[in-house]
This record gives sequence, structure tokens and C-alpha cells, in this order.
Amino acid sequence: MKLYDYVLSASCYKVRLMAALMAAKLELGAVDFHPGRAHKSADFRAINPAGTLPVLVDGDLVLTESTAMLVYLAQVSKAGAWLGVGPAQTAKVQQWLAFSARLGSSLGMARLHDMLLYPGDIDAFRKAGVECLRELESHLTEARFADRIFLEGDTPTIADIACFPNVALAPDGGVILDDYPSIRLWSRAIRALPGFIEMPGIHRLHELKPAPEAVPPLESLP
Amino acid sequence: MIPQAVLNEWYPVAMISHVGPWPGRQTMLLGSDINVFFEGDAIVVRGAAGDLAVTLRYGHVWACPGTPAHDLFAIPEAGQPGRRLVDCGVVRVKCSPLRAVENFLDIAHFPFVHTDVLGAEPHTEVGRYEVQIREDSDEVWATKVHFYQPQAAKSAAGGIVTEYMYRVAAPTAAVLYKTCPNNPDEWDVIAIFVQPLTEELCEVWPWMALFDDTTPQADLIQFQQMIFLQDRSILENQIPRLLPLDPGKETPTQADLTTVAYRRWLKRKGLIYGAQMVAA
Repeated sequence: MKLYDYVLSASCYKVRLMAALMAAKLELGAVDFHPGRAHKSADFRAINPAGTLPVLVDGDLVLTESTAMLVYLAQVSKAGAWLGVGPAQTAKVQQWLAFSARLGSSLGMARLHDMLLYPGDIDAFRKAGVECLRELESHLTEARFADRIFLEGDTPTIADIACFPNVALAPDGGVILDDYPSIRLWSRAIRALPGFIEMPGIHRLHELKPAPEAVPPLESLP
Repeated sequence: MIPQAVLNEWYPVAMISHVGPWPGRQTMLLGSDINVFFEGDAIVVRGAAGDLAVTLRYGHVWACPGTPAHDLFAIPEAGQPGRRLVDCGVVRVKCSPLRAVENFLDIAHFPFVHTDVLGAEPHTEVGRYEVQIREDSDEVWATKVHFYQPQAAKSAAGGIVTEYMYRVAAPTAAVLYKTCPNNPDEWDVIAIFVQPLTEELCEVWPWMALFDDTTPQADLIQFQQMIFLQDRSILENQIPRLLPLDPGKETPTQADLTTVAYRRWLKRKGLIYGAQMVAA
């Protein structure tokens, strides 16, 4: 499987993260999205006429929507539980995939504006982003009351992976996450998943690693 | 009031390959609006009070809002045959331009911020190195810096002890020279050119001159962007927002010699745009 990739793209990261969690091998092909805008070149449009990233190619199959790639990676990895279990939960997972598109057009655009100088109304991006975060916080708080930590069901699904990157990267676009304790706990649960990988702006959980050296107790110090 | 010493320096304002006709790139320099655009064959940098002095070098447009105190610094390696010159594009960071440079000069954060790439625990020690403010060139240099790196460059196959030299060539431009995995007799050259939009907002243009014939351009650019973007969120959260030039509560360690020299050099030259003069 080959992923046409840009290291700073939240959507590309969704796919890299999912593949890592599935222990699926991805060949990465870097596309000069910034500053080269190579995704808009004729060569690249021959692969994806929409001129967007990421693109996943597996044999004859070409996928150009990151959420579809998450479905595909779960299926080929025989990890059906990641798609939701039962009619209601499977459908709710699909709702979150649509929600993730709202995150991309709000928080994602705020980030591209602040970081890579994309044009647009930054206040509108941030306002729409905060509305999304409030919905998410409310849902995750309810989930916590029911002793769950992920978006749907007791285990992670592609809904979590689809929504996580643009939420975790919100501070890059000037939207801070201090006000959302349930989101921060959810983010921590995702970062603690076996096989988790980071991207610039999303750090691994250093604090879960053992301290490199034992620190002497305070009372033993002169 | 911006001190004359600040106005008389050179600052990067655009990537040459991305400049278009009027209005061109609409941006800011030292708090004032400017346009960077092509007029006929010439690149013009125009502010409210008129056109600024312009120099084109290292893939970028450099402008001086005052009377240039000197020519733009030299990077002789840029003209060396066999090197690939890589423009890495621009990234905006909500921080003091001086803090962006200072972060670039710091080695001790590598294992914590660039984990498993430029550094890794438990190899966190920065060995002793030498720092001087060179009187002939009036630049800050740090030499004989050694550090263990798991993946020092895109072209590095595994962990190596990398040797570095750091150089502050202008108030908002720094150059580093590091062990070249492909060519032990030469240094890879990596620079950051920082455009001060305001005292608390800057745009950063990484630029490289490498010996690497094989790595695709997009991979080289993304490697550099990955590294720099790992720093961005930390830079945006540094307090105080302006760089303190006077020692206060901060306690520098042996590993901070370069940044101590950088702050002293800025203060001595009066290059205080983006700095705070009250002790922090």
C-alpha cells in the first residue's frame, strides 16, 4: 500500500496513525504540498483529479478520502470492531466520520491559516471549531459518566481516529483545549493505544515512560 | 520607536520563486505593511514611506527598512558545486522573532521535542563546546558541539554522534553546520531566516544547502518542516513573550552558552526588537 503523504497534514496523519495501530505496512510517498503545491500539479491530478491529499493506492484500488482509507485499513487488517458493532453503533461511527469533515473545515482551516498562511476568515474558522469542540466535549463527558472513554462503544473505532488529529492540533490554529477536560482525557487514551505514532504538534506520552533516572528523595538532599 | 540599529539590518521577506506581480506578497516587516512584488525584471519591496533596499540571496528576498549597516552576510557554501539548495517555504509562528532564532540555537531540547529523530533519551547530555563572538565578522559562533542523534538527517541510516557548528549571522538569521552523512569532508548547511512581522509574530523560512543527490526534494522539505513544526507549539507557549536580554530568574546552564552569547550580542548592538529589557 502506498500513501501519498504530507507530513503536516491532519488527514494524512489519520491514515498513518490508523496503519500504525493496525500494524499495516505503508509505503510513504512525500508530496511537496507546501511550498511546492505539487498536489495541484498535472502529474498528481492524474492520480487524484481532485488534487487533494492523502491518496492511498493498493494495487488497482485508489482511495482519495481519508475516512474511506480508515475503513479499508480496518477491513484488510481484519479489525472489524474498529468499524463499530451492530447497526446502531456502526451508523454512529459513520456520523462521526461526517463530523470529522466539520472539524477539518473549521479547526483544520484555522490551523492552515495560522501556520501556512492560508487565506480565509480566521474568526469564522475558530468559532465553528469551538462549536464542534463543545459538541464533542458534551458527548465525551456523557461517555465518561457511562464508564466509556472512546466515542462509540468500549473500544476505539475509526470514529476516534478520524476526529482525533484536527482536535489535538487545534492549538496550532489558536484554539486552546484547556476548557475541555473530557477531550483531553480522550486524547490521552488515544495517545496511549499500542502502536500510536505522533506527528508535529501531537506529542507522545513522555510522562508514561519510566523516568530516565531515579530522583533522590528530597529529605536525603543536603 | 524602533532603534536605528534594528532598521539598518537585513530581513527576509519572501521566497524569490514565489514573488508575483503587484500586489505580490502582502506582508509586514517590523510592524509596517509591505508589498513584495515584481516590477518588470526587478523585485521591489514597497512600504508606506517608499521602497526598501533589496538584496536577493539564498533563494530569498532580503529587505532593509533603514540604511544598510553592511552587506548581507555570506554563506560561501551556497556557491559550492554539488550542493543542493532547498527552499523549505514559510511557517508563521506567534512568537518573538528572537525566540525563534534562540530555539534554533538550542541543542538540549532535541531528545524531548525531536524524540527519536534529533535526539533520544537517555542520551540527553550536551558536551562542552566553545562559543565566541567573532570580532572580525561580528557574529556569534558555537563550535565543537557533539550530540548523539538517532536520525540526524533524511539521508542518515542510523544513529550517529553528530558534530555541529552554530552561527548567528544576523539578528534574525542563524546558520548551522552539521556532519554530512553522505560526505564526511563537508558540512551540511541548514539555516533559518526569520522575518519579524511584529515583536510577537514572525514567519520562518528554513533553507538548506546539502550534499544529497538521492533524496527527493519533497522528502527533504518535509523532513525539515517536520522538525520545525515540532518546535512551533513550544515557541508559541514561551513566557515571557519577548526575549529577556537581562539575566533574572532564569538560570542558564553550560548547554545554554550559545543563547547566552546571542542575548549579549543583541543587547550590545541594540538589536532589541522582540526583546524585553526588564529582567525576567
